[in-house]
Amino acid sequence: MNRINQKLQEKSNEKLLSIYFTAGYPNLNDTATIIQDLEKSGVGMIEIGLPFSDPLADGPTIQASSTQALKNGMTTEVLFDQLKDIRKTVNIPLVIMGYFNPILQYGVEAFCKKCREIGIDGLIIPDLPVDVFNDRYKSIFETYDIINVFLITPQTSEERVRFIDSISQGFIYMVSSASVTGSSSGFGDIQTDYFKRIAKMNLKNPQVIGFGISDHESYAQATKYAKGAIIGSAFIKNLSKNGVDNTEQFIQSILN
Amino acid sequence: MTYNINEKGYYGEFGGAYIPEMLYPNVEELRQNYLKVMAEPEFQEEFNALLKDYVGRPSPLYFAKRLSEKYNTKIYLKREDLNHTGAHKINNTIGQILMAKRLGKNRIIAETGAGQHGVATATVCALMGLECIVYMGEIDIARQAPNVARMKMLGATVVPALSGSRTLKDATNEAIRDWINNPVDTHYIIGSVVGPHPYPDMVARFQAIVSEEIQWQLKEKEGTTKPDYVVACVGGGSNAAGAFYHFLDDTEVKLIAVEAAGKGVHSGESAATSVLGKEGIIHGSKTLLMQTPDGQVTEPYSISAGLDYPGVGPMHAHLYKSGRAEFIAITDDDAMTAGLELCKREGIIPAIESSHALAVFEHKKFQPDDVVVVSLSGRGDKDLETYIKHFNL
Ligand SMILES: Cc1ncc(COP(=O)(O)O)c(C=O)c1O
Repeated sequence: MNRINQKLQEKSNEKLLSIYFTAGYPNLNDTATIIQDLEKSGVGMIEIGLPFSDPLADGPTIQASSTQALKNGMTTEVLFDQLKDIRKTVNIPLVIMGYFNPILQYGVEAFCKKCREIGIDGLIIPDLPVDVFNDRYKSIFETYDIINVFLITPQTSEERVRFIDSISQGFIYMVSSASVTGSSSGFGDIQTDYFKRIAKMNLKNPQVIGFGISDHESYAQATKYAKGAIIGSAFIKNLSKNGVDNTEQFIQSILN
Repeated sequence: MTYNINEKGYYGEFGGAYIPEMLYPNVEELRQNYLKVMAEPEFQEEFNALLKDYVGRPSPLYFAKRLSEKYNTKIYLKREDLNHTGAHKINNTIGQILMAKRLGKNRIIAETGAGQHGVATATVCALMGLECIVYMGEIDIARQAPNVARMKMLGATVVPALSGSRTLKDATNEAIRDWINNPVDTHYIIGSVVGPHPYPDMVARFQAIVSEEIQWQLKEKEGTTKPDYVVACVGGGSNAAGAFYHFLDDTEVKLIAVEAAGKGVHSGESAATSVLGKEGIIHGSKTLLMQTPDGQVTEPYSISAGLDYPGVGPMHAHLYKSGRAEFIAITDDDAMTAGLELCKREGIIPAIESSHALAVFEHKKFQPDDVVVVSLSGRGDKDLETYIKHFNL
């Protein structure tokens, strides 16, 4: 069974903290260290960001970390090379999050194959639309047992949420609010109404909420309604401010 | 075979809507409504009335006698430079502002490179009394100062795009991010035939008035609706799409798309996407784009802010790939020289974008009885400073 499914189905009450970071930031070769420290600190799943020059769905923090990572020399090849032995030390699910163009240039099949070799369990590709995935790439992902994670937002219609649930595996990535990454401070009524609405739909896939989660309070709020929560920009800000040695402290501040 | 868009939103293999789920409701709303709205008689009536009385259409198809003599062929200029606000861009913004109103939107966002589309958007927002936010690269703000002032006078807020190369592509990223953040009340007026489906098709349809007019104007002057050649510059490709539109499937009419070679196609400072680009995804569309082998979008360069874009619209990617249009690349220097030539021979100061199209005559030999229509997409007022610097005027 794919590690994502395993993890999200085990111990049904336990909540999951997932962390996004941009590979190659702050320094080119921090990738493995960050992943290992995150697992040791109690993180349940990791999204490894493959940096892109034009990250449309991201706010200034992830944009800046992507620009820096590319300056540092991060490429798809370099990332795969950094990850080649990662399964010797890390057991939690690993997901690569990246925009479609770099994956398309590498070759979608070659990319999935490489992910399987390394032990990457899923991909999040925000600008690969559901219909294109279904028409052209689904069978490739299935061949290599790579889960493609789909997003829903507060604007996604109930009908489309059901549709996305029907074609999803692993989990549904619930974008918390109408915004790019890194904005908002805390959740208001609009968000909690949306969280409740989705929770009531009894979807077959667990939901993990991301975007705008930055501290213990927003983490606790999100995981009240969903299986897990994803933190990206706040972790990257912490890397910028406190460096790579501060991961454990940051994670503890979120969990407790 | 058609060179126009298919029902799935593709031109051949190019196009589609490669958008994050956050944009799905907005883009889907537009996709479901745009053809319906455009077909409404009241929409058509309002659109045509504004094009006539506000924009000043039809724009003349002018026989450029002295230029024709020099190049020993028959040159007609489609005078989009005479439109209100000075370029073809207003045809699209009039159409889209009417669309936005039909869709109940009250906040308008746009990106701009040269500032022409920003001005055209600010203009129609003033006309309709809608809030207007224009994203513009920090570098473009500096090199197109008069247009920044115009937008402000028209009541728009100009927001500098500070990320990446701080030019048109980054302004487009910022506009898309704004739309993600404001999904309900906002309409994004894209300025060219780029972006996710249905934008390339919608913008092409609003610009199609250009070739519609060329047909009947040429009939009056030459007794035929068909030119031998239509020539237009391509940044994203909207003036070219408009000038080509009604000739797309008539292969007797040869189409020439002119891209910006910058300091030379292989100089590392160029925006000649068809030569330097590879198939990929930019701003929600599968098209040709300039990128590293690793799929990172590269920074283009052109003296002309309106052509300084690393992609082309999917229609043009298809016209290139299928061989339907001939693509040529013109350097900064050759474009500037051609622009000055038009001033001297015809008393018309062209936008530097349009000067690229005019440079076709130094690049390619036409027959004496060839009828060559050039899209004079804009006027050069905004570019005076660049012309002054280039020629030490
Ligand atoms: C006068 C003029 N021509 C051409 C262009 C290029 O745009 P497009 O390729 O969409 O016609 C611009 C863009 O700003 C422009 O201002």
